[in-house]
Amino acid sequence: MLSIRNLSSSYGDAQVLHDISFEVNAGEIVCLLGRNGAGKTTCMKTIMGLIPANAGSVEVSGETVSSLPAHEVPKRGIGYIPQGRRLFAELTVAENLEIGLMVRQQGDDIRDQVLGMFPRLRERLDQRADTLSGGEQQMLATGRALCINPSVLLLDEPTEGLQPSMIEQIRKAVTTLRARGVAILLVEQRVDAVLSIADRVVFLENGRNHPPVITAELEAKPELLTRFVGV
Amino acid sequence: MSEIRKSWGLHIGVVTLLLALNFILPDYHHGNLARVMVLACYAMGYNMLFGYTGLLSLGHALFFAAGMYGMSLTVQHLGWSAGPAIIVGLASGLAMSLVVGILSLRTAGVAFMIVTLMFAQAGYLAALYFGEYTRGDEGFVIQKAARQIGGIDLSDPMNRYLAALVLFAVCLFITLRVVQTGFGRVLVAIRENEERTRMLGYDVHLHKLLAILLSGTMSAAAGAGYGLLFGYAGATFASVQYSIFPLLWVLLGGAGTVLGPFVGTLFMFYLIDLSSDISTAYMLIAGLTLVLLTLFAPQGLVGELRRRTLRWLP
Repeated sequence: MLSIRNLSSSYGDAQVLHDISFEVNAGEIVCLLGRNGAGKTTCMKTIMGLIPANAGSVEVSGETVSSLPAHEVPKRGIGYIPQGRRLFAELTVAENLEIGLMVRQQGDDIRDQVLGMFPRLRERLDQRADTLSGGEQQMLATGRALCINPSVLLLDEPTEGLQPSMIEQIRKAVTTLRARGVAILLVEQRVDAVLSIADRVVFLENGRNHPPVITAELEAKPELLTRFVGV
Repeated sequence: MSEIRKSWGLHIGVVTLLLALNFILPDYHHGNLARVMVLACYAMGYNMLFGYTGLLSLGHALFFAAGMYGMSLTVQHLGWSAGPAIIVGLASGLAMSLVVGILSLRTAGVAFMIVTLMFAQAGYLAALYFGEYTRGDEGFVIQKAARQIGGIDLSDPMNRYLAALVLFAVCLFITLRVVQTGFGRVLVAIRENEERTRMLGYDVHLHKLLAILLSGTMSAAAGAGYGLLFGYAGATFASVQYSIFPLLWVLLGGAGTVLGPFVGTLFMFYLIDLSSDISTAYMLIAGLTLVLLTLFAPQGLVGELRRRTLRWLP
């Protein structure tokens, strides 16, 4: 579904990603793990075209998206929920969702699907986004990304700073999406959360990736976690 | 749905009220209000870019003057009648905003302010330079005979008021409609978080350019209307002062509200008018009031109203 081949990118002269290659299949959750500064967020931004790729390619369902301008990438069905949520504070919940729906001209069925996944949002449709709690904001950010009806979803630390009950709801939403066949790429710092949800793990170190490891095998190789994440 | 109906109701109500005032206001205020309505169109154009899209331009006088000169020069030197001349005014504003938009959108933030300011200064100096045609600062009077559309004499106070009201209503309803559409929401999204809007899949540059076109053309409509209704065109209207005015009006009335520009223009007009009755140091009184207002109603009059009670105000 999402395939990344020999992807490199840099901030000015400083190259951050070197030759990244991995794939995320439909109905699979792949987690990017690595220390701070390893290039996880940069990797996501490069996939989205927000940082231009120096070399390599990003393909979604066989179509190369790495040569497209950044605003065209989501139209190919890639949803991105960046770290820190970034809602449109002055717009209401309903308007935030509407902006998501308009990207690919999705209708009420998708809206209902999203609201079905996050019933809390339905109760708050007319409320301004900046009056929501942190967990509700994350739900809205997730919901808005789902409004484009994505086949690939990138999530950057979706549970950061949330209370456990909210984390559980976000988790549930992510596994529901996997069951529907969405390819999910997840950046997450909490290793226990990763191990319980991810199908495969890709370790990043200094902007380079190591071959993906199936999560189940990871339990037998704790030294990998020590080496790449330090836990 | 009911909120949309409520806001249409309110804005149609305002226009109806202004129509009723035509028949009851004393002459002096009648003339003032006509002037305020035309200037409010300029403020509404400015608000589209500043209030809704979040782009602070310091050069809107260029668009206002483009409309004014586009209209008045064709009347004065080519002998066109007022109707087609207005079209020329609008087209000048559109063309000017297209050029300025394409060039200035290569910058952002403070640089955008400076670039728009410089363009407007260039426009002002051009108006002075071509003094042979524009008569520079002194300006020129548009003859009464030329100020007619379809046999209606626009220099007559009653007709002038109604024409100003028509222009005002058109600009008001266009603004209201735009902010209710998806396009308007995307503009607000850009104002709130440009990067995020792009990540979601919107061509931010294109939306900003369209906002400048709409804003510039609306400002030009106000400029053409002002010249035609009040019979005068001069380089003062291209000066930096006239770029600052709409910013002030919009800030006072409430940036990002549909009625704010009108309320702000009206307030400022009468603030200066009344304070100059009291003292020759009227700018001191006006200035103090403005300081107090920005301290206690930082979102502007209509913005504050929306924050406190009428949450549904567009």
